Amino acid sequence: MFPPLEGNGMIVPVDLGWFQEFFKLSSRRGEGFLFCHIGVKKMIETIETIRAAALARVAAAASSEELEALRVQYLGKKGELTAVLRGMGKLPPEERPRMGQLANQVREELEKALLEAKDTLARKEQAGRLRTEAIDVTLPGRPLPRGYRHPLYQALNEIKAIFTGLGFDVAEGPEVESDYYNFEALNLPKEHPARDMQDSFYITEDVLLRTHTSPVQVRVMEARRPEIPIRIIAPGKVYRRDDDATHSPIFHQVEGLLVDKRVTFGELKGTLMAFIKQMFGETVQVRFRPSYFPFTEPSAEVDMSCVMCGGSGCRVCSHTGWLEILGCGMVHPRVLSMSGYDPEEVSGFAFGLGVERVAMLKYGIDDLRLFYENDLRFLRQF
Amino acid sequence: MRVPYKWLQQYVDINLSPAELAEKLTMAGLAVEGIEDLSPEFRGVVAGRIKSIAPHPNSDHLVICRVDAGRELQLVTGAPNVYAGQAVAVALDGARLPGGKEIRRATFRGVASEGMLCSAQELGLDVSLISPADREGIITLPPDATPGAGVAEVLGLNDMVLVLELTPNRADCLSIINVAREVAALTGATLHLPETAVPEDQGRITDLATVEIEAPDLCARYVARLVRGVRIAPSPAWLQARLRAAGMRPINNVVDITNFIMLEMGQPLHAFDYDLLQQHCIIVRRAEPGETIKTLDDVERELDPEMLVIADAARPVAVAGVMGGLATEVTPETTSILIESAHFDGASIRRTSRKLGLRSEASTRFERGVNLEGVTLAADRAARLMAELAGGSVARGLIDSYVKQRQPVTILLRPERVNYLLGTEIAPATMKELLERLHLEVIETVEEGARDGNGAGCHRSILRVGIPAYRGDLTQEVDLVEEIARLYGYNNIPVTLPGNITAREKQTPAQRWEEVGRQAAAMAGLTEVVTYSFIGPRALDQLQLPADHPWRRTVQIQNPLREEQSLMRPSLLPGLLEVAARNASRRVLPVAIYEMGRVFIPTDRQLPDEPLRLGGLVMGSSSRGWDWPAGEMDFFYLKGIGENILARVKLTGTAWEATDR
Repeated sequence: MFPPLEGNGMIVPVDLGWFQEFFKLSSRRGEGFLFCHIGVKKMIETIETIRAAALARVAAAASSEELEALRVQYLGKKGELTAVLRGMGKLPPEERPRMGQLANQVREELEKALLEAKDTLARKEQAGRLRTEAIDVTLPGRPLPRGYRHPLYQALNEIKAIFTGLGFDVAEGPEVESDYYNFEALNLPKEHPARDMQDSFYITEDVLLRTHTSPVQVRVMEARRPEIPIRIIAPGKVYRRDDDATHSPIFHQVEGLLVDKRVTFGELKGTLMAFIKQMFGETVQVRFRPSYFPFTEPSAEVDMSCVMCGGSGCRVCSHTGWLEILGCGMVHPRVLSMSGYDPEEVSGFAFGLGVERVAMLKYGIDDLRLFYENDLRFLRQF
Repeated sequence: MRVPYKWLQQYVDINLSPAELAEKLTMAGLAVEGIEDLSPEFRGVVAGRIKSIAPHPNSDHLVICRVDAGRELQLVTGAPNVYAGQAVAVALDGARLPGGKEIRRATFRGVASEGMLCSAQELGLDVSLISPADREGIITLPPDATPGAGVAEVLGLNDMVLVLELTPNRADCLSIINVAREVAALTGATLHLPETAVPEDQGRITDLATVEIEAPDLCARYVARLVRGVRIAPSPAWLQARLRAAGMRPINNVVDITNFIMLEMGQPLHAFDYDLLQQHCIIVRRAEPGETIKTLDDVERELDPEMLVIADAARPVAVAGVMGGLATEVTPETTSILIESAHFDGASIRRTSRKLGLRSEASTRFERGVNLEGVTLAADRAARLMAELAGGSVARGLIDSYVKQRQPVTILLRPERVNYLLGTEIAPATMKELLERLHLEVIETVEEGARDGNGAGCHRSILRVGIPAYRGDLTQEVDLVEEIARLYGYNNIPVTLPGNITAREKQTPAQRWEEVGRQAAAMAGLTEVVTYSFIGPRALDQLQLPADHPWRRTVQIQNPLREEQSLMRPSLLPGLLEVAARNASRRVLPVAIYEMGRVFIPTDRQLPDEPLRLGGLVMGSSSRGWDWPAGEMDFFYLKGIGENILARVKLTGTAWEATDR
């Protein structure tokens, strides 16, 4: 049934008729080459020919459609190069690897050329489309339904409104801060054990991402001295090298500072109680616990009765009935004097609160990470 | 700091429940993070002593033990670590183990067993506090466990632990005794301090050892005591129980005593094998360049001349205040102990322990400061306990190299200053009484003060307050203001509001515009997002930015948590794209978002510029409106947003023009 397949070193042009089916060989022109025990040299020549022709036609192609047709013609399932590769089986085994390598090289080269050409063309075509489809930019715009404000910034706006109502201005400072303002001027010299409380991201040895908004205190005092009173809040992003379910490496704080003649701890208590009751309601209980911050003394943590359970104990308050809401204290005399104020003449208080914490309690959000995922389904609830 | 309730009761009479005490301490500034109940979940488990062990006739991995557990029992066990004389935990017939498992008498391959020998796991104990040798087999109880006594009592498990979250200033409370002092001050109860008198023999330590401090700037005091003829063995039950309750693993009597005293008095101690110290000498010096030491954890460590070491005549034998060396470690063969009780410079210890990546209970205490005057007392108490518990004989005297004497601290406190800062009217006599409760020495003097505004003389009371050495955190007047405030009770300080609130809201124009911009963007249809201010280099690659694009110059973080968070953002775009991609992958479309935040531009000054930017991104198809079809968000949506924002910020007279950019 088979035509004689002899003739080592011969290329046998054949009519592809019945055995085109049989060998799954094809060419667009209805004829092709059948390799069988054919000399390696000839095969290399054939591959080279295909390569040269294909590259030339790819380079000349003028549209994406044309490129696609070329891809099918050479690399497609029934393409010319594919056909050659199929014929490999008929080569002597020792020649196959070398030939395979060559054919694959050419295949990759063609693929790359096609891809590049396609890219260039696409860009050209887009530019063309932009020219031909130029829109009339003076036509009116279309409206979108209104968007939502992020819960963090809604909470921050409420915090700001309450404190501006209490007579505080809003101040700002850099997020990339010097070691001096972030630590040293706040009574935290190098090698101070309290530096461990705040693991920092460093830019250089002396520059870091601020770990709290407290450096703004110092910057404002330095800029305004010897003027009194100073009443500011400083909201902003802060950074700590900490990332788990209950810590985000970035979070928001609001710092507060009041410096004047005869500022007392009693006034600190009054100010913060007024804030907490305006934020969370008149019925909330507030307590002050002694604590430690290097830049204030006496220092305190402020707890409020749990807004979830009303103080009877639940998961949110770890069954204590209390929630830690902010840290505060009387400005340390060393901080005042380093910033150019005489601690015998003036006194002050400072506080810091976490905006995430306030927003979570205010809106009943139980996962810190939701704020930074920005899932629109979450954001639309506020 | 873990404070076992019963241990605390040893030094102060407490008539409060652990919960009430926790509340009192918390409100006085020693925050109690939690109360841990150690009581076990087993019953019917008693101590026993193995009298003899016989092979099992029908098994080669089981053995038959005769055990005295108050009465003699026959127990079959497969545990590999049994030996005659071992004190063991026996679950009797009818015992219940954690998880509800009930133990019954049973027959193992034809031999009856009247109960079970228990492992630490089976008793639900923390395996990290058990000797490694016992982890594969049954638990070995302390040698003095009375046969028949309940194992919960033997292990001291009927106790509660107050877990204190100490602020860095209260280093003194890294000591159970000093916590007891605080309790006494808060409750008015009496303090009982432990016995430190030392029985001594005839040999004089000064003839037997030498101490030389070559780095007086880093070591203010070094005290040594010598105990000879000790027998290294497991500690008695009470000592093991104390350590476990405090979270430390018992090792042997000598090491346990040093750890016990560290926890009790706050003074870290080290025990050297005296016979292995070359020429019996101790030199406190900086390490030589290139010197190394193998520490107790079996790691060879490179030292540098900034590190303080304890050396003998030939080599470093400990990294001072951080970890001891393996070469002079206390082993079962050790018979003579040189006790080190010293005071090292906190900053130096902190640097060294960071550099070596080694933090220990000892280094933490030195970093925060130990009591310079408590050094000898701790050495005495250690020597006393080693004589008592390890059968040693203490050489006469101690070596006390005290090169930097502590200056007595006296603080002048003006009562009117206290009331001025607190907004209170506390009488000087009350302040005096409050401070005396803390065992501070207070002398009140009345001075003829400066004349007041009317020219009349006024009397001012002044308190001279002597500070005990263990309160290193009290150095200036304001520290005493805080002490008075916290003993008086923060919640008893009257609440007032600051006066002279004048102008309402003084936002700067920039601040006002920022809020207008945010609100305008939201009203124009964009939802506000907040993203991290750091991005990764890949985010810039994805924008296909050429290498010389200005955004490629970024502020870089030296120690990022991960590479994708290593650069401060030069633009809001990467963050917006990430949010859009995350929503799209969750099929939340369309996305119409904005962010307003700072971007970071490097400068040649110390700090970068941080301009505030507003950026928006829209993706997907719009829903259909009353007179327009649903469709891909095209230019005209962008224009709608733009127009809307411009209108809200009241920018009029704007025109829209096509450009090639």
